[in-house]
Amino acid sequence: MNKMTAQDYIEKAFSKGKAFIPFITCGDPDLETTEKLVYAMEEAGADLIELGIPFSDPVAEGLVIQEASERALKGGVTTDSIFGMVRKIREKSAVPLAFMTYANLVYTYGLDRFLSLCKDCGICCVILPDIPYEEKDEMQEKFQEYGVKLISLIAPTSQERISKIAMEAEGFVYCVSSLGVTGTRDQITTDVGAMVARVKKTKDIPCAIGFGISNPETATEMSKVADGVIVGSAIVKMVGDYGRECIEPVSEFVRNIKAAIDKK
Amino acid sequence: MKEKKGRFGEFGGQFIPETLMNAVIELEEAYNKYKGDSEFVAELEDLLNNFAGRPSNLYYAKHMTEKLGGAKIYLKREDLNHTGSHKINNVLGQVLLAKKMGKTRVIAETGAGQHGVATATAAALMGLECEIYMGKHDTDRQALNVYRMELLGAKVHSVTSGTMTLKDAVNETFREWTQRIDDTHYVLGSVMGPHPFPLIVRDFQAVISKEIKEQMMEMEGRLPDAVLACVGGGSNAIGAFYNFIEDKEVRLIGCEAAGRGIDTKDTAATMATGSVGIFHGMKSYFCQDEYGQIAPVYSISAGLDYPGIGPEHAYLRDLGRAEYVPITDDEAVEAFEYLSRTEGIIPAIESAHAISYAMKLAPTMGKDQIIVVNVSGRGDKDVAAIARYKGVEIYE
Repeated sequence: MNKMTAQDYIEKAFSKGKAFIPFITCGDPDLETTEKLVYAMEEAGADLIELGIPFSDPVAEGLVIQEASERALKGGVTTDSIFGMVRKIREKSAVPLAFMTYANLVYTYGLDRFLSLCKDCGICCVILPDIPYEEKDEMQEKFQEYGVKLISLIAPTSQERISKIAMEAEGFVYCVSSLGVTGTRDQITTDVGAMVARVKKTKDIPCAIGFGISNPETATEMSKVADGVIVGSAIVKMVGDYGRECIEPVSEFVRNIKAAIDKK
Repeated sequence: MKEKKGRFGEFGGQFIPETLMNAVIELEEAYNKYKGDSEFVAELEDLLNNFAGRPSNLYYAKHMTEKLGGAKIYLKREDLNHTGSHKINNVLGQVLLAKKMGKTRVIAETGAGQHGVATATAAALMGLECEIYMGKHDTDRQALNVYRMELLGAKVHSVTSGTMTLKDAVNETFREWTQRIDDTHYVLGSVMGPHPFPLIVRDFQAVISKEIKEQMMEMEGRLPDAVLACVGGGSNAIGAFYNFIEDKEVRLIGCEAAGRGIDTKDTAATMATGSVGIFHGMKSYFCQDEYGQIAPVYSISAGLDYPGIGPEHAYLRDLGRAEYVPITDDEAVEAFEYLSRTEGIIPAIESAHAISYAMKLAPTMGKDQIIVVNVSGRGDKDVAAIARYKGVEIYE
């Protein structure tokens, strides 16, 4: 039984300067590699690790994560085997862990079954990009019952919606930096600082920026206006390119980003 | 708990990324503003009558009735609409709405190509830019429709992700919409997706049952005993059912694509084999595995080759108000040939699923009873594929 609460994990994640939050797809290329990546990224300075449970139809993802999801599912990974891996990780590591997946996987697995396992193996947050504010009620009560945080997302199009989303947000707020799906971008043109300010005006809650961040320069820029930065596709692409040999290059990448955002 | 918006019982909802939320709210507001606006209503009616050729005939299928020896069969001829299917009803409404909203570009998914062709047509008519997303398997099996859309000025994207069919085309169109919202309206082709789409598309398709009712009263002086329609996402079916929902004595029967059979993996029969889930913006029934991974469905009909069904159908089924029956590829192909030979009408392979069930049902009913079958589209697009199915090597 895990002793740390979701709130403990979140505080830990945002306590060491700006938080660096890498994303990887579970089971790409296999769960052994995913497990090794978690330890290596923690070692390299990752503050919170987002574990993607692959979905057959990831509508919010760009090509890189779509392909990673496809590889992982072809390799036979399931929600059950992913929970098995997380249990193993928890025997060795107290790194804060979040799941990122889609509503259908959680709904079909059974909310109670999914959340009690999250609670058991210390998953502090779940990010579901297809559960907007309007549909939170479908799941929120159960999340609160099990003490797992359902993360709220805000987007460049959210505008006046930001205050009401922030008001009910828990854990941290995921700020989507750009229009479109996940994937690397040359630059981020949205005024993310203004988005974060709007959240903070309503609620004192950590804000992490994701979508399109792929290098130390953008990460640094984003870390100036937020409490954390999330990098997905750039890392998932390395995993795709290097396969089982990805541990070293990914560690190096994580180390560089963490160093960059820690610089004052 | 807050009031649930856009639900049919527990089904429906708005399960989409935050990025799109303001877009669907804007759409809902615009729809509410224009649906009662007399100018909008008049404009749409003019388009439906003078451009699309409405009302469509309700045709008494004399030979089919005599041969089957049971209920009288009427065919609602949506195949005679401009662009050859019921899809134009919804598309004219949505593209006109998009134009009123100040959008300059429309995007859409398509399976068989009928919705894509209809959207490209309406965009050409109303001067909007148009891009269509179509699974690669479908661009291969419906090559002529791809060229048709291009002829109408649309850009067609062949979608190579996932199973490369309709569901992947929907995924890709949603992805494109999150990228470019300001000037773009997503013309969703069926009664699916997030609220308000299931409601808007149903309202625009409800003209089918409104006409059936009027025509039936005029021709027979009474309501039919059963209304049959094929269902993929379910737009022609909801259109044919809607104005009969309150008339409890009228059986409403949706005919879904069983592919090679509901006991095989090669099926798209959502009601027969699916379970409740959350996908493509809605809570409804889906073909999926125990973990919620969406199943790679199969049907000979590209238009019914979809792993979900609109939320209002899920609701009607759970209420017991509508029935849903699976029809196999073989049965649909047999009905395709049967209607061609018996009545001189080549139906879309989608619509042939409903014809097939009429062939089963009519003989079990009395001669004083009436079945209306919605012939949702014409079969020209399917001729080459059916020929190949029968072992005749014809390519377009």
